[in-house]
Amino acid sequence: MGRYIVDTVFHTLSEFLHVLMGFLPRMLAMMIIVGVGWIIALVLKIVLRRVLAWVKFNQLFRGRNLTPILAKASLPPPDELVSRFTFWGVGIAFIFLGATTLGVVPLQELIDKFFLFLPQFFVGVLVFFLGLLVANFFGRATLLAAVNANHPSPRLLSNGVQFLIVILAVTMALDQMGVGLHVVLIAFTIAFGAIMLGLAIAFGLGGQEVARRMLERRFPATTKEEEDEISPL
Amino acid sequence: MAEETFLADEFVRQLTAVGEVDVVVGVPTFNNRRTIARVLNALQIGLVKYFPRQRSVLINPDGGSTDGTPEEVKQASIHDFETQLTSSPLRTTHRITTPCPREHNGKSALRIILAAADLLRAKACALVSPELESITPEWIEALVRPVYKEKFDLVAPIYHRHKFDGLLIKDLLSPMIRGVYGCNVREPIGPEFGFSGKLACHYLTQDVWRKDFTQAGMGIWMTTTAVVGGFRLCHSFLGPRIHATGSGEGLVHTIQHVVGDSFRCLEAHELFWLSRSEPQPTPTFGFEYSVALEPIRINRQRMLQMFRVGVSELTSILQSILAATTLEEIQQMAQLSDREFRFPDELWVKTVYEFASSYHRAVINRDHLLQALVPLYRGRIGSFVLDNHRADAGEIEKKLEALALHYQNLKPHLIENWATKK
Repeated sequence: MGRYIVDTVFHTLSEFLHVLMGFLPRMLAMMIIVGVGWIIALVLKIVLRRVLAWVKFNQLFRGRNLTPILAKASLPPPDELVSRFTFWGVGIAFIFLGATTLGVVPLQELIDKFFLFLPQFFVGVLVFFLGLLVANFFGRATLLAAVNANHPSPRLLSNGVQFLIVILAVTMALDQMGVGLHVVLIAFTIAFGAIMLGLAIAFGLGGQEVARRMLERRFPATTKEEEDEISPL
Repeated sequence: MAEETFLADEFVRQLTAVGEVDVVVGVPTFNNRRTIARVLNALQIGLVKYFPRQRSVLINPDGGSTDGTPEEVKQASIHDFETQLTSSPLRTTHRITTPCPREHNGKSALRIILAAADLLRAKACALVSPELESITPEWIEALVRPVYKEKFDLVAPIYHRHKFDGLLIKDLLSPMIRGVYGCNVREPIGPEFGFSGKLACHYLTQDVWRKDFTQAGMGIWMTTTAVVGGFRLCHSFLGPRIHATGSGEGLVHTIQHVVGDSFRCLEAHELFWLSRSEPQPTPTFGFEYSVALEPIRINRQRMLQMFRVGVSELTSILQSILAATTLEEIQQMAQLSDREFRFPDELWVKTVYEFASSYHRAVINRDHLLQALVPLYRGRIGSFVLDNHRADAGEIEKKLEALALHYQNLKPHLIENWATKK
């Protein structure tokens, strides 16, 4: 009986050692892959940062006011963002590559799912950034038009337009990523409908006078509000 | 030689039938039935009276009128010259109407007139708007004589205006062209012009006909291209210019189109003006007289209020266009009361030059940039009106001269900003 226990312990220990001896090289390989990958990512980040600074990458976005948007979102300027993104992308890719050498089946499945999700993720991020650009463009156009039309609340209008477009962009991005598809769509529909209904009720109840004035201005009677007759040309 | 493939066969046949001429008068039309007969009569009388021995032709490119304008052009003729003139005409003035594409800047119509002038070997040409109510036969003499007799290449008009009329031209376009190009042109956008056959050929060879180079009209391009080409320029006084309809566009569109066109011209001609420093004098023909014009109603308070709102709301946009010191001065100015409010000449000129440079560098969307100029222009006009409420024409003339000198003296500021990467 005692001998059987000792044999079992020794057998288990020898199997454990056997597994450990098989696992350690894979672990070492993983660590080397991750280490080398991390160094490659770091070098890429430094090189990319210098190249982007050299080609004045940030100036491409200056006209589109992206830098202030990123600053408002506590994000670094575009060249830094791209280099950091590349660093983390390459770094994480090497971590997963290293993890595959371990040969753990459930982990392998998770990694496969992750790589399948990546294209959707990148398209989603792209949609979101395009949405930010579009929101910024239309927000500025609305602000200028409202200021030049002597509208009483130009900033409110501009922010409203920007907000709606950003919400739309977020919804489209999440939809693209397949994250909570139905929940997102329903939430957007409810939120958008609520905003519109709220505005309609607010305008109808609180803005009767404004509505009257707007209609009077849109369809003037016989007398016209005194305005400049000065011709610029 | 002009490229003639864009001309309709029938039009070329009619031109061939006319043969060589001395004077070509172009009148582009689009639904101008109400005024076209009067304009054509004035032109015909002018040609008979001042150029009786010269061969002349009226070219009318029509942009697809639906009110019978082309028919009116064909029928418009003066049967009884004796009531208008002391003599009968020695030559027939030919009239040719041809369809052309309708464009807001009148590019195709102008190209047809230029091509006709080139084909007919015209010595002098005139371009006249079809909506004029104040045109007289003397306009033809004023536009054509300096070209035909004095060998000038471009005759720019001078109109008699109310002191607060055409302030975008007086305060921005004309002095900016004078300061930058070194050429004094008081009405650079016309639309009435006289020009030589040589200049017509030069215009035709320019690379603007296949793209939308201008939005408002071709006037500013014609003026600046003539200056850059080294052609001889002069002014001719025409008198008051009364239009049958208003400009048709609001201030925002006018600034977007007209100022945008002038900035585009600056870009196209940068090699010329960056190296030119000496301003050239421009002689003036005709006797300048003044008549009482209808008073203009101006709501100065509203202008200043829109200026202040613009400055406070558009700060983030103005920051990307203007230098920090310029914006700071404008913001300080916006704090002043209506009574104290003044937009100094120097600050205005710096503002315009910084807008031009930012337009060139496309720091933001160009349409947005031009729209951001509108509130500042309102402030400047509000200040101009306040300053010159009681001023007579002579005083205003002196102030505009001083403003033009500011544009001239601050040209280095434009050059510096033009190349600077912000």
